[in-house]
Amino acid sequence: MESLYLLVPLSIALVFGALWVFFKASDDGQFEDLEGPALRILHDADADLGKKNQP
Amino acid sequence: MNAVLQPLSCYHCGLPVPADASWHVAIDGVKRAMCCPGCEAVARTIVDIGQTSYYRERTGFAATADAADLVPPELRLYDSDPRFTVDERDEAEAVLLVEGIRCAACVWLIEHRLLGIAGVTAAGMNVATERLTVRWTSDVKLSDLLQALRSIGYTAFPYDAARHTEQLRKTGLTLGRQLFVAGLSMMQVMMYVAPAYLADDGTLDTEMAALMRWASLLLTLPAVVYSAQPFFAGALASLRARVPGMDVPVALGIAAAFLGSVVATWRGSGDVYFDSVTMFIFLLLASRYLELQARRRAAGALARMQHALPDSASRLSAWPARDTAVVPAAALVAGDHIAVRAGEAFAADGIIAEGHTSVDLALLTGESAPQPKGPGDSVPGGAVNTSAAVVLRVTKPVAGSTLSGLLKLVERAGAAKPRIAQWADRAASHFVLALLLFAIATFVAWCFIDPSRAWPAAIAVLVVSCPCALSLATPSALAAATGGLLSKGILVVQPHVLETLHRATHVVFDKTGTLTAGKPAVQSVSTVSGMDTNMAAQIAAALEAGSLHPLGRAIAAYAAELPRLVAWHADDLLELPGHGLEGTIAGQRYRLGNAGFAAVLAGGPPPESCPTDDATAVWLATQGRWLACFAIGDSLRPDARQTVEHFRAQGKQVVLLSGDRQALADRMARRLGIDSALGDCLPEHKLAYVQRLQAAGAVVAMVGDGINDAAVLSAADVSFAMGSGAALAQVHADTVLLHGQLRMIATTATTARATMRVIRQNLAWATVYNVIAIPAAAFGLLGPWLSGVGMAVSSAVVVVNALRLRAR
Repeated sequence: MESLYLLVPLSIALVFGALWVFFKASDDGQFEDLEGPALRILHDADADLGKKNQP
Repeated sequence: MNAVLQPLSCYHCGLPVPADASWHVAIDGVKRAMCCPGCEAVARTIVDIGQTSYYRERTGFAATADAADLVPPELRLYDSDPRFTVDERDEAEAVLLVEGIRCAACVWLIEHRLLGIAGVTAAGMNVATERLTVRWTSDVKLSDLLQALRSIGYTAFPYDAARHTEQLRKTGLTLGRQLFVAGLSMMQVMMYVAPAYLADDGTLDTEMAALMRWASLLLTLPAVVYSAQPFFAGALASLRARVPGMDVPVALGIAAAFLGSVVATWRGSGDVYFDSVTMFIFLLLASRYLELQARRRAAGALARMQHALPDSASRLSAWPARDTAVVPAAALVAGDHIAVRAGEAFAADGIIAEGHTSVDLALLTGESAPQPKGPGDSVPGGAVNTSAAVVLRVTKPVAGSTLSGLLKLVERAGAAKPRIAQWADRAASHFVLALLLFAIATFVAWCFIDPSRAWPAAIAVLVVSCPCALSLATPSALAAATGGLLSKGILVVQPHVLETLHRATHVVFDKTGTLTAGKPAVQSVSTVSGMDTNMAAQIAAALEAGSLHPLGRAIAAYAAELPRLVAWHADDLLELPGHGLEGTIAGQRYRLGNAGFAAVLAGGPPPESCPTDDATAVWLATQGRWLACFAIGDSLRPDARQTVEHFRAQGKQVVLLSGDRQALADRMARRLGIDSALGDCLPEHKLAYVQRLQAAGAVVAMVGDGINDAAVLSAADVSFAMGSGAALAQVHADTVLLHGQLRMIATTATTARATMRVIRQNLAWATVYNVIAIPAAAFGLLGPWLSGVGMAVSSAVVVVNALRLRAR
């Protein structure tokens, strides 16, 4: 049971840490577009290749 | 009543006055200290324009005035903004977003200041949306008005869709964050509370219980301090405006439950409600998030329209020469020629001067199929050119375009509140007052019975009650319904439409252009001596191919709908105005025209009479033979009968008013199954008729085509206009049918009925819920956490129920 005296404060710190990360991500615009970046990763580097491949 | 007077603070804005300050203004004969030259200038202006009573009336300090901002030169730029040009009544109108509205006295001050300027004809401030609608004549400049607003301490800028959308997006983002924080705290706090709920008596150490409580307290803090902000801010604002809104009991509930729990935690005895507080905040935010989402989707259809007009256009300055120059769309004037490439939107209303293309009008009318357009056809600005490049001759500058007219209508539509919404607001406000008194009564009563339960019971009453279900019931349903209708091409301009249409007892149709299409069309073809209808139509169409005569075009349009057998071609065409056409097809002479003209070729009188009720007969004959007769008349709209039947089935009286002869009106009424028809009606007769109906207690819905019926349309309780491009700007109707499809009236009526049903359901649910839940909470039957769930779920039910209207 004594371990709770350590674990409870730890969980509180964890929650505040999570909040901090969430706010930082939100400020950086992480949640503005939830689909675009996943698609873009397929296109970014291939932009030039695509042109070359075309006849 | 001056609640805000304090020594050593600026009399105008309430900020501290610097020790070495020497700014003063004499107000009502008393010298008042000011904190900066800005406030001094503002206060002096207010005194100079004779509005000193503002200081007596106000209930909050004014916005601070930054001296540097008093004369911003960029305001002058708005004077040449094409959006605010003077219209035909020598007046201009603008919607301004005003920042810094604090209380009711601000509204009063702003309106008085603007109306005090010579040349301002109207000024109306909407506190809820922070929008100011102002009209002025040509001798005032918009920058003067903005300057006047600045001089009394308010920043205003022309209402701008982009800025507004940005605001909405930010609100959504903030709300999302607050929801996340509340959700995270809720989950954690529940974990700490669980042991206390699960443990049997005595199995949980006192120290351990205290640890859990302190941990819960710490994690509830972000939810109360950050996530609950909208409730505290709303409560404060509504208290300032002296209209207790739904945020007041919410904020009180949160504050009471949280502070009570903090005290209990500190003392180490008593109940804590941290789980209830966080859950309450989370669920309430979630239902608000739903509501915002619904509002945003309703605004979406409008936003798409606002982005339709392109900012620039390629002008052909020396048309038909091909040199183009890109100019701002606002700089286009009537008579300019612009090149519009395929895929681009037309920048202004105009007529196609060169080229054939198809045009997508979906945005303006909701009609999804692109329409073919060629030289001479007019095209509204905002339509999309889908197939080929064309040259457009501009007929109206951008500010006067169909789309701008539409947008102005929509903005006006957003300003007012329907009666039923006002009623619900008032009811909710009374409800809150009664509720606060009831919560106090509950607390006092329990203090006598069992003091330990007084606090939880009072909190439960505050939390469980749901005035927000009550005040959300109407607006959420109306917003969802109006948004849904707009996406179908029905523009509801006045807020009362749905409510009144539902109550309407009489539906009055104007004949020409409403029940009928307003242009001639072939109604029937009767053939003689075994002639094939299709072939007769094709021959006639071949003869009329080059004709611009309206009857000829009607025949051509009719033939184009039929399956084409052979591509006929007519030679040696001879046109006798007033009689008809003669021509040779495949070596045979044909005549198409009135009976006398055709008889010369056919030899002899027509074999039988053409069924020409109210139509013109056009005969087709060849050498020695009669072939066919076309009855051409003003055709019924295809959906006219269906619409009339819809209203008759609802038990509403359908009336036809027409400027045509009585006999024609009667025949039309018979064909449609309308009970009463009145012919020979001048506009003033129609007006008198509608007013007579109203005097007899009828609620009249009027359907007209908008231009000649302006008077009767505005007299009717609720009115519909068929939206044809040119008529739009002059429309006096409450609703505009953008595609001109008659059956949309039935759609609107169906939606109106559904909306009223949803509103009634919502109000009934809110009432029943409150009637059951509040006494239950007062008798101590509901714990605070159950109250929180009940409250949030009851709001969510209302919003989700309203959202169903969108799907219709």
